[in-house]
Amino acid sequence: MGLAKRIIPCLDVDGGRVVKGVNFVGIRDAGDPVEIAKRYNQQGADEITFLDITASHEDRGTTVDMVERIAGEVFIPLTVGGGIRTCDDIRTMLNAGADKVSINTAAVHDPDFVYEAAQRFGSQCIVVAIDAKRVSQSSEAPRWEIFTHGGRNATGLDAIEWAQNMVALGAGELLLTSMDRDGTKAGFDLGLTHAISEAVAVPVIASGGVGNLDHLVAGVKEGGADAVLAASIFHFGEHSIPDAKRYMAEHGIEMRL
Amino acid sequence: MTIAVIDYGMGNLHSVAKALEHVTHEHVVVTRDARRIRGATRLVLPGQGAIRDCMAELERSEVKGLVQEVLADAEKPLLGICVGEQMLLDDSEENDGIACLGFIPGKVRRFKHDLRDSQGHRLKVPHMGWNRVHQYHPHPLWDGIDDGERFYFVHSYYVDATEDASVFGKTEYGDAQVHAAIGRGPVFAVQFHPEKSAGAGLRLLENFVNWEP
Repeated sequence: MGLAKRIIPCLDVDGGRVVKGVNFVGIRDAGDPVEIAKRYNQQGADEITFLDITASHEDRGTTVDMVERIAGEVFIPLTVGGGIRTCDDIRTMLNAGADKVSINTAAVHDPDFVYEAAQRFGSQCIVVAIDAKRVSQSSEAPRWEIFTHGGRNATGLDAIEWAQNMVALGAGELLLTSMDRDGTKAGFDLGLTHAISEAVAVPVIASGGVGNLDHLVAGVKEGGADAVLAASIFHFGEHSIPDAKRYMAEHGIEMRL
Repeated sequence: MTIAVIDYGMGNLHSVAKALEHVTHEHVVVTRDARRIRGATRLVLPGQGAIRDCMAELERSEVKGLVQEVLADAEKPLLGICVGEQMLLDDSEENDGIACLGFIPGKVRRFKHDLRDSQGHRLKVPHMGWNRVHQYHPHPLWDGIDDGERFYFVHSYYVDATEDASVFGKTEYGDAQVHAAIGRGPVFAVQFHPEKSAGAGLRLLENFVNWEP
């Protein structure tokens, strides 16, 4: 008996509001991030991740206000990702009450930013988000590369080498998204998850493709993930966090129940 | 009645302050001001990141002497969190050896490489997430919290206190016995983050606020 695997609901926010809303019974305005965060906390979510998709830099102040309000009422770890480009961005989010920030594109443009951030704030709050896509043919040994801009732009970087490089520079955790599976509800890319999880010493959060509870189980048992991140299956009321936790526990996975 | 969260430039102080404000009506301040720290009825010593940086900042911000003074007086309740726990020991293996405050005998050790669980699965470092804390000795800060309750951890180094009597909570990670809660007199310190451990964490903070050692 030891460390529990984590379930992390992920919320997309735009201008301080949750995009598309969340389907909880009894919440009239399902776009309010504070209400949604409180509800997920009550349900037993192990952490919450916010992905800021606010387009304009000026409007990002609303995200800071939002994080502040949530941090005053929800006492589980909060991660904020999206548009984190400088150490000032990180400081702003941590001061607002975020526990971790997730760095994505900025790490690809300037890997040393990860080093600088880890040195300044400590690895424990630096998550590197890795968006990977399979580039090998089905007849070949599997190989994945890093993509940016929602999977549109190839970088030519090998995903496993990149993951190891990020950890060497100071990433304390990796948020791994399969761009092939994201939004498909076909399940995680277990080959990718397993390959990255085996290649690094830090925890790996599997993301992209969750459509049912068996996918969560497989992410941990076959993919070797330390945490699973999902959005739509929780937001639209298909499954609740307690259901997911019970299901995973029934399949022999240690959970915080 | 004031609770001072000691600000020496390391750690997510706002989370701790906000969680304290959630469980008490007492005044909570985040400060490095000597007068306010001396005047506070209770102190919280947080800490995050590298212990070398924490010790260096403690020294640089002139808070180190104050903390040592409080520890020596043994009158005021103090809660150490994360690196704030580790700094109470003699020294740490981190950064090739760092001298700490030496209030509780023992060392801070690194989880060994290739750490595995009993079934042979590889364990990740940092130890990140919710793990069980076994209440090794009774303590007022455990009041209303189940033995074996889970708290949120994130750390790569762990406390190994020498004296059995100073250990109040133990957590297993692989073959490492993490001394997740230690204490002596009015001082209690935890490796996990009560401010991020949902209901159980808030209860521990509430117990601290009400503690009359």
